[in-house]
Amino acid sequence: MTVPMIELRDVTRRYGDGPPALRDVSLTITAGEAVAVLGPSGSGKSTLLNLVAGLDRPTGGTVTVDGVRVDELGEAGSARYRREKIGMVFQFFNLLDDLTVADNVMLPAQLTGMARGAAHRRATELLGALGVDRHAAAYPGRLSGGERQRVAVARALVNRPALLLADEPTGALDTASGEDVKELLRQLHADGQTIIMVTHDLSLATSCATRTVQLVDGRVAVDTAMETAR
Amino acid sequence: MSALGRVVRSGVGRRRVQTIVIGLVVMIAVSASVLGGTLLVASNAPFDRAFAQQNGAHLTAQFDSTRTTAEQLTVSGHASGVSAAAGPFRTVSISPVDDKDRPVPPLTVVGRTRPDAAAVDAVKLIEGRWATGSGELVVLNDGRFPPDERAVGTVWRLPDLPGSPTLTIVGVARSISATADGWVVPEQIAGLTTPGTAGGYQMLYRFATADTAGQVDTGRAAVRAALPADALTASRSWLTTREEGAGDTALLVPFLLAFGVLGLVMSVLIIGNVIAGAVSTGTRRIGILKALGFTPNQVVRAYLGQALIPALAGAAFGVVVGNAISLPVLALTNDIYGTSDSGVVLWVDAGVVAGTLTLAAVTAWVAASRAGRLRTVDALAVGRTPTAGRGQWAARLTARIPLPRPVTLGLAHPFARPVRSAAIVAAIAFGAAAVTFSFGLAASLTEVQATANHGDVVVGPGTPKPGTPGGRPVKGDRVPAGPTSTPRSAKETAAIVKAITAQAGTSGYCGVADAEATMAGLSGALPILATTGDGCSSGYRMVSGTWYEKPGEIVVATPFLTATQTRIGDTVVLTDHGTQIAVRIVGEAFNDDHDGMQLLTAAATLAAAEPDLEPEDFYIAVKDGTDPEAYAEALEPEIQQFDAHTSTENVGTPEVVLVINALTALLSLMLVAVAALGVLNTVVLQTRERVHEIGIHKALGMAPRQTIAMVIASVAVAGLAGGAIGTPAGVFLQRMIVTEMGRGAGYHLPASVLDVFGPVELVLFGLGGIVIAVLGALLPAGWAARTRTASALRTE
Ligand SMILES: Nc1ncnc2c1ncn2[C@@H]1O[C@H](COP(=O)(O)OP(=O)(O)O)[C@@H](O)[C@H]1O
Ligand SMILES: [Mg+2]
Repeated sequence: MTVPMIELRDVTRRYGDGPPALRDVSLTITAGEAVAVLGPSGSGKSTLLNLVAGLDRPTGGTVTVDGVRVDELGEAGSARYRREKIGMVFQFFNLLDDLTVADNVMLPAQLTGMARGAAHRRATELLGALGVDRHAAAYPGRLSGGERQRVAVARALVNRPALLLADEPTGALDTASGEDVKELLRQLHADGQTIIMVTHDLSLATSCATRTVQLVDGRVAVDTAMETAR
Repeated sequence: MSALGRVVRSGVGRRRVQTIVIGLVVMIAVSASVLGGTLLVASNAPFDRAFAQQNGAHLTAQFDSTRTTAEQLTVSGHASGVSAAAGPFRTVSISPVDDKDRPVPPLTVVGRTRPDAAAVDAVKLIEGRWATGSGELVVLNDGRFPPDERAVGTVWRLPDLPGSPTLTIVGVARSISATADGWVVPEQIAGLTTPGTAGGYQMLYRFATADTAGQVDTGRAAVRAALPADALTASRSWLTTREEGAGDTALLVPFLLAFGVLGLVMSVLIIGNVIAGAVSTGTRRIGILKALGFTPNQVVRAYLGQALIPALAGAAFGVVVGNAISLPVLALTNDIYGTSDSGVVLWVDAGVVAGTLTLAAVTAWVAASRAGRLRTVDALAVGRTPTAGRGQWAARLTARIPLPRPVTLGLAHPFARPVRSAAIVAAIAFGAAAVTFSFGLAASLTEVQATANHGDVVVGPGTPKPGTPGGRPVKGDRVPAGPTSTPRSAKETAAIVKAITAQAGTSGYCGVADAEATMAGLSGALPILATTGDGCSSGYRMVSGTWYEKPGEIVVATPFLTATQTRIGDTVVLTDHGTQIAVRIVGEAFNDDHDGMQLLTAAATLAAAEPDLEPEDFYIAVKDGTDPEAYAEALEPEIQQFDAHTSTENVGTPEVVLVINALTALLSLMLVAVAALGVLNTVVLQTRERVHEIGIHKALGMAPRQTIAMVIASVAVAGLAGGAIGTPAGVFLQRMIVTEMGRGAGYHLPASVLDVFGPVELVLFGLGGIVIAVLGALLPAGWAARTRTASALRTE
């Protein structure tokens, strides 16, 4: 399994006149890896993730995911790419408040054109697997932070993405809920899910990542493969 | 104060779309109102103003040239009470034929040198030039030539005169006093006079006082006294001309008022909506301003300023645009009324601007006062937690609709902001109502025009009636001035009928003869159209009752019923040539011939009184698919031997109808634009409020087309509702205004004039609301689709 799944080559991202958020980053990630991106605030971690997700375009360099040149995709192309290949989890959950938990989870499936019934079955299955199925008909505002993040993970997985991106998934959670989400990510990785997670929580990195990439001022400072305790 | 100024300025700059929308809405409202106001002023007493502008003749007098002299006539211009006079001019009546040798209605021609600065009847040239030499003719713009036919350049021949001279039309002129049908240079008159006849003189008088018929009569008596007895052969008071000219002018008023009200209500709705929207998306900013120490009043003033600056700019542009649009429209009304209005009416401009700005300020103040009342803590908190909760039921419901998910997501949006959505529904409803009304009005007016056609082809005596071919005056028929033709014999009638019925393409015919009778209680003679043939009923539209079926039954128009206080079913007694005939009114038709006093009946009704009555004209209905022109040309040789001619009854659309149609189209386009701008503003607000949500959707893989679909779906409901409300309202408005216009003219209207909407049209107009909504949403939906997802997600 040494086929590169994600390949960043000399990626630079510059906002306006300031110093670039990312400069000349090259990185290769293979399928099945769980990579933790570490670094201080403002070091370019989210920028890196957004580039991989096709939410943003590099100023220079190339981003290739699963054979797709993500940096060359148009608006429609990148939307389809995200829908089919990427699942995203955010620090502040980004659940839609006026949709029920089930409707939130079903949404990405429905955007691909999946019928409501099929999407509902898939969502119920995922919510069950993640242990939040009893909240399916509730609105996200009623749930605790840990529960919300589980729903967000369920939503990210609904289209069976090749790649799961998580931006500070435990950043807004208390310790107990954080542990909960960590355990969930570890489980997903164990089941073969490729994951890139951005965090400055070292324990998250050590507990569920196979590899750590450290960013400082937009450059890769450290890139180590680490053995995780199973 | 300067801090407040800076807040206002930065607010105007930051809320670019809202600023532009307010400016545009005010601009459209002001320009529509300026247009409407200017036209209202222009349609106010247009005859009197045109008469004053042209030094109209209070008395147009015709003299026998064998009984008086030019010198005596010149002296009569100083008779007591005469304040100004023009003439004497030589006059003659001519009967020309056109290039196809078809006779045209005879004209009274006056020899005059270029008269645009004359003390009386300053005839105004509206096309071409004045006659400068022999063989040139300037004609009166009496509707003789339809709008699509050029008069200038036409050559007429005078076959009755030695050598068959020709006249080339070189100009068209307007005389509000209608003193002649045409003008030539004075030297030409002799050549147009039939050898052995004398011709006549014309004098035009203005009197010091001529406001009443009595005063005009006094003036006429003074003129008569100054001349040999019997010299005056005919005269016409300006009051008669004025009476004939009235009527059309009032037509403009009801619909201008309808549009004025629609426009104002819409401006209030949109401006209120824009400011309320600015307040609601700016709550965070309001919180910060208050936290910094702004008083509620200052906050309200800041928002008021944000609305009034663009409103002021919009009003300024609106005045310019409104006056610019008024110019061509006034050129048209000038044509119709004979006025020479320049367009800019300063007090209308000032009034409209002041009124609109006051309205904008009040509306903005009401909407902005919410910002002043907002509690600082709430205001600061609002920006953080998106207003969830409201509309969740709708989202739950629409999620079940089996449509693509982006669409069902959008369908729920309006329910999160019920008040704003209601305002948008209202704005779209007004737009849809305006379009429906506009279409309906145009269709109704066209139908009214169509009722003047009693057949596709007309067979008439040697000389066609004035007004055919071509346009005819909107109201009242011109009295035929030509030589009366000899009555037809029964044998000739039978031969013509035979030719008509034998002609391929004939669907039916109606032979008509003009007769007269008197009726107790009515002064003067009642005109009667005595008909024979099988195709008479198809030439008239019924208002109520039925068409006559047997002798003794008559059909009348509303003015007759009003004047005689009768109703359908009543029997009245007519006296015709001393014979009393009892007739029963069986139906009411829409018929404005003879100002609606004409009775329609079978010729057999009058058989006892007028056994020899023969039809003068035949109105022929052709079968579907038969070209009337070709039919007329084919029939012509068959009937020519009986001194009869065909003409296609092509009643041109009068200019007042063209003006009304053009104006309605323009005004409804403006209202649609205002409604679309309202939608645009709403969608911009909504997109700004939902920028984070849209970011999430895109992160989850929502494609640009799906985003556009979602945004458009979010206004489609409002569009549908607006159309569903607006279209019936527009139909109602059309029926009300058209009925009112009919009532003003003294008529009940037939169903064909009122029922102009078919089910297909109603459905199409109902869907027009969606078109308005989509038009307004398309642009901001595109912006929403292009929002930078990464930065949208950062706003947390
Ligand atoms: N949309 C943006 N516009 C301007 N600057 C940005 C934008 N996004 C990120 N930046 C800047 O780029 C740098 C890296 O940001 P980010 O990737 O969010 O850092 P991290 O996630 O590591 O905290 C920061 O200096 C940040 O201010
Ligand atoms: Mg970050």
